[in-house]
Amino acid sequence: MSEEIKITGSNQRMDRAQAVPAIVGNHRDFLVVTGLAGTAQDMYAIEPDADNCFLLGGAMGASVSMGLGLALAQPDRQVLVMCGDGELLMNVGALATVMASGLTNLSILCVDNERYGETGNQITHTSMGTDLAVTAKGLGIRNVMTVTAPDEIEAGRKELRRTDGPTFVYLKISDAKPPKMSSRNFDAADRRIAFRRAQLGHL
Amino acid sequence: MSDQSVWGAELYDTLVDGGVSIFAYVPDGGHKVMIQKSLEDDRVHSIPLTTEEEGVALTAGADLGGKKAVLLMQSSGTGNCINMLSLQANGRFPFLAIITMRGTFGEQNPWQVPMGKAVRPCLEAIGVHVLEVERPEELKETTNAAMNLAFRSNCAVALLLTQKFIGAKAF
Repeated sequence: MSEEIKITGSNQRMDRAQAVPAIVGNHRDFLVVTGLAGTAQDMYAIEPDADNCFLLGGAMGASVSMGLGLALAQPDRQVLVMCGDGELLMNVGALATVMASGLTNLSILCVDNERYGETGNQITHTSMGTDLAVTAKGLGIRNVMTVTAPDEIEAGRKELRRTDGPTFVYLKISDAKPPKMSSRNFDAADRRIAFRRAQLGHL
Repeated sequence: MSDQSVWGAELYDTLVDGGVSIFAYVPDGGHKVMIQKSLEDDRVHSIPLTTEEEGVALTAGADLGGKKAVLLMQSSGTGNCINMLSLQANGRFPFLAIITMRGTFGEQNPWQVPMGKAVRPCLEAIGVHVLEVERPEELKETTNAAMNLAFRSNCAVALLLTQKFIGAKAF
């Protein structure tokens, strides 16, 4: 599977629509929180309205902190946060808070296309020299891996499943704008209730 | 003005008795007792934040996982939270912030005044219910009212500990 991932874009990196599902693998291994826009669409494409996933549609910068709260509340589950580079840059201090929490059941997949895809594909700081893996390491995240090539996807998939976290996997992907997705469910109250019903057994 | 070692302990116990098990905080002199008690209590998580808005998202995540979390912060952090409170407005997540006030009654630092004055209108504009404590005898009842509104009625709630209650910082 990994060998088939295309290399595209002006930055000559992996195709998003192939690389993200490949590195996530079976999303049912996790409770998932995604950022707004790109990573929400990535997860929606994997499974629309999955009841183990909460997809942001706004509140930019919330995903890592929300995943942290979920991981604190559910210490026996592995929590996966999927966030874009722009989303993480807006609240990068949240990684320091993850470190300070001392929890081990949180993995963060940062999907870096070096672009603000939702607002016109403007470049982000990661296209100008910012390395968010170095940032994560510097802020104290225990396990950090950068994945830039198809033959590294499998190792990244395993890394996300480490139980001695926190873990940060930095997936460098193509800056090509992905095709417009069909509209998804933006009703956060509906998705909260669905998530809690499925995971907690009550409202 | 009330003695923090007394009201801080009463407020902390009221929250824990109400089922709160996660305390997310930005360091603050007014919350010193509460923060210390949460750090020393094995029954709860005590999480230091780098900015208040992290706490808005963290408490929503805790709710997804079935736990009750509160955000301890000072009034100056209110502005940092506003867009993040879209989460509570759209998702009907419970939210409870305990906010120590600056910039109002008896303030001596002018830098605290603009945000202090803006706390209530900002919070109300984004849909947060605002409750205030001015006297020690109001603390427990108002805290329980705030918890009911947040955790049973799925509202976003801010409990303001006013400067009449906590006192104005001396310079």
